[in-house]
Amino acid sequence: MPASAKRANAPSAELLEKLFRTAYKIRVFETEGIKLYRQGLIRGYFHPYLGQEGIATGVCAALSEGDIIASTHRGHGHCIAWGADVKKMVAELLQKESGYCRGYGGSMHIADISKGNLGANGIVGAGTPLGVGAALANQIKGNDAVTVTFSSDGGSNNGTFLESLNLAAIWNLSYVLVIENNHYAVSTRIEDSTREPDLYKRGLAIGVESHQVDGNDPLAVYHLMRDAVQKCREGKGPILIEAKTFRHMGHHVNDPGKYMPEKELAHYKERDPVDRARNALTEMTGIDKSQIDAIEEAIRKEFDDAVEFSKASREITLAEFQQFIDSY
Amino acid sequence: MTREIMYRDALREAIDEEMAANPLVFIIGEGIAERGGSYKVTEGLLGKYGPKRVRDTPIAEAGMIGVGVGAAIAGARPIVEILYVDFAMLGMDMLVNQAAKFRLMTGGNGRVPFIMRTQGGTGGGVAAQHSQSLEAMFYHVPGLKVVIPSQPADAKGLLKYALRQQDPVIFLEHKHLYMTKGPVPEGELVIEFGKADIKRPGKDVTIIAWSNMVPRALEAAAKLAEEGIEAEVLDPRTLVPLDKEAILASVAKTNRVVIVQEAVRRGGVASDICSIIQEEAFYSLDAPVEIVAGLNIPVPFNLELEKASVPQVPDIIAAARRTLHLQPRALAAQ
Repeated sequence: MPASAKRANAPSAELLEKLFRTAYKIRVFETEGIKLYRQGLIRGYFHPYLGQEGIATGVCAALSEGDIIASTHRGHGHCIAWGADVKKMVAELLQKESGYCRGYGGSMHIADISKGNLGANGIVGAGTPLGVGAALANQIKGNDAVTVTFSSDGGSNNGTFLESLNLAAIWNLSYVLVIENNHYAVSTRIEDSTREPDLYKRGLAIGVESHQVDGNDPLAVYHLMRDAVQKCREGKGPILIEAKTFRHMGHHVNDPGKYMPEKELAHYKERDPVDRARNALTEMTGIDKSQIDAIEEAIRKEFDDAVEFSKASREITLAEFQQFIDSY
Repeated sequence: MTREIMYRDALREAIDEEMAANPLVFIIGEGIAERGGSYKVTEGLLGKYGPKRVRDTPIAEAGMIGVGVGAAIAGARPIVEILYVDFAMLGMDMLVNQAAKFRLMTGGNGRVPFIMRTQGGTGGGVAAQHSQSLEAMFYHVPGLKVVIPSQPADAKGLLKYALRQQDPVIFLEHKHLYMTKGPVPEGELVIEFGKADIKRPGKDVTIIAWSNMVPRALEAAAKLAEEGIEAEVLDPRTLVPLDKEAILASVAKTNRVVIVQEAVRRGGVASDICSIIQEEAFYSLDAPVEIVAGLNIPVPFNLELEKASVPQVPDIIAAARRTLHLQPRALAAQ
């Protein structure tokens, strides 16, 4: 590669800071959210994105306004990377009226339709057909928006994975399917779920351009995604990206994840996506530690403010609930 | 001006007019483009609107329905045609867990203006996997509108309304009705959901029926009239929302009710309508509510057995007579 091309491809300081901010914000949200869960302030289910932050961070950084995402049951990271208001996210987890879904949805259903976030989903794999549908809607409307579905190794064994990716392929939709391969469908290993654990190969089988990337490297994810988005906008979609990663804990907050081998977990923790985003920022821009500290402090404060905001918010009333009872 | 046209032509007119009016309306399904659909509902639409808005799909019902729901959430107006309602069972997650719940789960921010058009019912020996009447499956799930027209004008007006409202619609046609004819006014015809229609007025007994049971109820009513019994035939046209007021008003007038459904008896819509009537019109009733329904079995292939599995005209007549047995002036007491 000529030196000039290398420079053109070099990430800007702005991008590196954005990647770090996003990854760190997800880390804080999940770590502090688990504390709120332990305190009994958050009820129901909570599926942490800890360890997988690099994927949502890299993918969403390559998207633009007007694009669309569809998420999974492990969706907090996607929302944050998409630019969600942390206040409204925390409020939703605390079942408050000021939350994204006014307390009707909770952790597994946070959505922001007006901003192109079709939402998290309690049914594993369901975001794939929904995302393909959104891409189809954009093709009908005649715009160049790109739709991304975040799915998983678990979701890729659902029948709709093939059915809907195939539809995206025959219709040349501007669609990117991101498989977050964290190696576990709840507690079942990917190797026990399929004979071919390299999931990107499934796209190749139906004529879809497919790639594999280290999901714990936010910058690598970003670069691959940027190219995928570009191709989609040129009408060369859909594209499949398999991002290998690993959870830092069990399936949800109350799953100790004892089935996860310590050695493998240690391997992935050494390649922690938040650390890598921080290191990339410091090494490539020379930003000093006090500036990093200031960024982290601001993000932690944003979360604390969101908790205060949410605690002070009211819950939806039974009288307001009547609106749905009457119209359903 | 009003013409006599077929049910399938009325459906096509609705789709055609709404596609012409709204560029966001599109239709996907198996063999619906070049072939014009198994029942010729979409014939000619490909030529008029092109392959972008009239698309054939692979045989992949869960994917097709899911993609339709996603497109609706993202602001388009999809019609997904599913060849047989039996096949819609492959896409139930997308209907039940996604489309039906989205509005509530998003606190009212998200809407799903999605239409699944499909057809059901027995139809001359197509056997157990192509003969079901599954409206109760959808009726049971809060969030789905269930539309089930029996006549061409209703088919047109309800489909046009479906394409203008904001919620997921299960639009249930009947394989026996596609080639039936009826008067349909030319031009704009929009029928709001939740408005029952009296297909034949009467004072002695109310026969509530929908889909292909309406022509059978009308035939039964004509035979009953020969005996001096004036049956009122009420077609709810949409099961969700259900026009409870119209049903209760008719019951208040006739004091006797027969509910007819082609679907199996167990867990059916007829039972639910019956529960509404006993709860809200108990003191109007002069006889127990009669339900005439399909047997609680899969539909057999043998034509005689198929016929025995679903309500026939004599079954409806017999039920109407039974409701009159409790009346001293009953004309059908023998």
